[in-house]
Amino acid sequence: MSRVDAAAGKGSLNTKDGVSRAVVAVLAWVLALGLLVAPVVLVFAEALRHGGAAALASFSDPDAWSAIRLTLVMTVLAVAINTAFGILAAWLVTKYRFSGRGVLLAMIELPLSISPVVAGLAWVLLFGLQGWFGPTLARWHVDIVFAPPGILLATLFVTFPYVTRTLTPLLEAQGAQAEEAASVLGAGMWSTLWRVTLPGAASALASGVLLTTARALGEFGAVSVVSGHIPGLTETMPLHIETLYNGYQSVAAFSMAALLALFAILIVALRGLAGGRRPIEDGLA
Amino acid sequence: MPVDIGRRGALAGGLALGAAGLLARPTPAQAATMLLNVSYDPTRELYAEIDRAFMADWARAHGGEVVMVRTSNGGSGAQARSVLDGAPADVVTLGLGYDIDMLAAHGLLAHDWQLRLPHQSTPFSSTIVFLVRHGNPKKIHDWGDLIRSDVSVVTPNPKTSGGARWNFLAAWGWAARQPGASAQSAQDYMKALFARVPVLDTGARGATNSFVQRGMGDVLVAWEDEALLAVRDIGNGAFDLVRPSISVLAEPPVAVVDRNVQAHGTQAQAEGFVRFLYTPAAQEIGAKHYFRPSDQAVAARHADVLPPIDTFDISSFGGWSAAQAKFFADGGVFDQIYTPH
Amino acid sequence: MVSRTAAGHLPGFRLALASTLVWLGLIVAFPLAALIARPFAGGLHPFMHALFDPRLLAALRVSFGSAFVAAAIDLPLGLLLAWAVVRAKVPGHRLMDALVELPLALPTSVSGITLATLYGPRGWFGAPLAHLGLKVAFAPAGIVVALMFVGIPFVVRSIAPVLANAPVELEEAAQTLGASRSQTLWRVVLPPLLPAGLTAFGLAFARAVGEYGSVIFIAGNQPFRSEIAPLLVVIRLQEFDYAGGAAVGLILLLASLVILLALGALRRRFHHWIAA
Repeated sequence: MSRVDAAAGKGSLNTKDGVSRAVVAVLAWVLALGLLVAPVVLVFAEALRHGGAAALASFSDPDAWSAIRLTLVMTVLAVAINTAFGILAAWLVTKYRFSGRGVLLAMIELPLSISPVVAGLAWVLLFGLQGWFGPTLARWHVDIVFAPPGILLATLFVTFPYVTRTLTPLLEAQGAQAEEAASVLGAGMWSTLWRVTLPGAASALASGVLLTTARALGEFGAVSVVSGHIPGLTETMPLHIETLYNGYQSVAAFSMAALLALFAILIVALRGLAGGRRPIEDGLA
Repeated sequence: MPVDIGRRGALAGGLALGAAGLLARPTPAQAATMLLNVSYDPTRELYAEIDRAFMADWARAHGGEVVMVRTSNGGSGAQARSVLDGAPADVVTLGLGYDIDMLAAHGLLAHDWQLRLPHQSTPFSSTIVFLVRHGNPKKIHDWGDLIRSDVSVVTPNPKTSGGARWNFLAAWGWAARQPGASAQSAQDYMKALFARVPVLDTGARGATNSFVQRGMGDVLVAWEDEALLAVRDIGNGAFDLVRPSISVLAEPPVAVVDRNVQAHGTQAQAEGFVRFLYTPAAQEIGAKHYFRPSDQAVAARHADVLPPIDTFDISSFGGWSAAQAKFFADGGVFDQIYTPH
Repeated sequence: MVSRTAAGHLPGFRLALASTLVWLGLIVAFPLAALIARPFAGGLHPFMHALFDPRLLAALRVSFGSAFVAAAIDLPLGLLLAWAVVRAKVPGHRLMDALVELPLALPTSVSGITLATLYGPRGWFGAPLAHLGLKVAFAPAGIVVALMFVGIPFVVRSIAPVLANAPVELEEAAQTLGASRSQTLWRVVLPPLLPAGLTAFGLAFARAVGEYGSVIFIAGNQPFRSEIAPLLVVIRLQEFDYAGGAAVGLILLLASLVILLALGALRRRFHHWIAA
């Protein structure tokens, strides 16, 4: 700390005197505790309102387990798919120059600024019974909307850009010389990507995967529109929280919320370890 | 090359979707027949118990055959929408007949569905009452009190909630029966009423939560079953129930969704389920959860909690189609009330 | 389409391009095509009808208005947090830095029920506020609170790196030349933060306009007062009004595009600024 202060120089605003720094510290911590910490503490307080046993008992409901299972399966699939394609897309837009590259980048970013509800709606318009392909699929007895595949599609849409967005600035900064050297030496595309490009981008990749995971675990709006809310079948954890909350099962709702909050805390911690907290280019945008 | 990856991508995508479908399927349902009951908001506790009773009953009568019943709950209109969109409901138990009519209009079941079961396919009825804070501090006794300037009213959104539509009709019916009443005076009353509404949840349960858990409003206009649940089971004495001088006979009907049960091969089980609702055992469970049994013998046993009250029914509005068109369709009375003034 | 790299040749262009196009097409373009086409399935009239529905206009006003207010409040709050983390390095600044990410990682339905409880009439914050006669949960203010919560990480993450790289020497020079502290703040410290601040505002705003899960539990959802546009999409669907729901969805999509373009322009200007 003192080293930083010294480096900042005694004339700068924040270190000129201890008083102003103390004021900043107090204000910032009051804000952080009130705005950011209080909600998380409240989740655990409400879950433990009737003791730890009551909180744990709420997980004995098979519908709770089914929601946890569904959420984890959807998350793993969505993260795997979007990571694989996201890496290729990031490679594409950073290592080559081609016409339409800007449009492609913009399209990849598009899901970030689309309301999740609208994303869910779009899938229903495609695959719902009133949608383009719904009647055909129904004849073939293929369930997409109101079944797990629809949930996966909704999750894929909302988590689409994170890996690409996180990797792009880093791969861009790397340039393409190392890759070209490798290819001159006879390396194919996959081994170039795997051995040359990705090792230098490991922490950015980890950060992007973690963001994708967080969003996939917690997606509510998009999944809510396509799910049908069938307990035990198509309710993910965030949806099950709503059902429990509406069913006067406050402790159970907050216990499930606490589990998701633990995941969130874990992800934040891992992102910190991955050194993921960089500027807006780091995929938050 | 691009074609190749295209095919590979499509294959991978198809595999992932298939995996999603398979992996996410719950294990216990694999051996059993599954029935999905898509229901309206306040029936969570009711069907949780009836589903279990039916499963036991069915297994007893059919040599141990396991039928798993799952129930999903939400605003009645919202639930009908998801069935219309492909939610695989074998049975619908919705808040009002119009929502099932909508399914019939789209060919999911026969138009005469309401004639297939006793009592207009309504195993349990209910009515609309008031839930107030304990001791009734605002002295709310009848519909006329709801438009007082010191009263704040909680009721859900009639566009999405079945209960809210019954609430609306109950209030309108009272206003239209006042001395010297006209359609205009009834509409003026409704406008004054909705001016007192600070929150418009999409389902009846959301509205109850707003009143009970979030402490909003002085009075909740609610299903009688929902209000009694709040008074007797979850309220800890914080609420009182007020029955207005007159209300609506609310009839939430049930039906088997023909097209879905044919696709699932669950016709017998689904028929069995809706018929089970009329058995004394299910009627008792209904009464226990404060739904008015259609079985008069069961109803008589619970008359202390569910006393007879003065009601009018949907036919006094010319049936659901007429009521929906007049009050709740786009540009209808409700929209006129809600256009900014 | 011509591929080239800075120098020489790198294999795999066609493969990467094809896979990206397939992925983008299936997951993004395909559903969006349905969204764009559906409102016009019955001709232009139903779309125009939905577009000029007063309730939709009110919902858009609520969504955009609350998002604007929330992003505007987040800006100074985010600046304070960013300053505390990267400049003042207050005690526990690393923890604070991590805490800023919580709203991003916390599922929106968790934020929703939590904020509704926290600011509800009997909540930790709601009860004292109610004593003061302030109603947050189930009122328009509740929407702003929820949107502030989901928006704050974007502001801190946008401002912090610029603040960290800001030349401290300039501030020292200003003070040496006799500038007062507020003069240094307003004339030297804040102006270079302007582009980052605008980007921060835009990101928080864009996220807030489409936000659903954390808002619906706390908003009150009263038409014309506290009903957000994404909720109206859901309500229209629940009313069997597919064209109406798709129309609202399309309008929200267009709004997203406008914000995205504006952000892109800002970001380019931002880079110019840095280069200059």
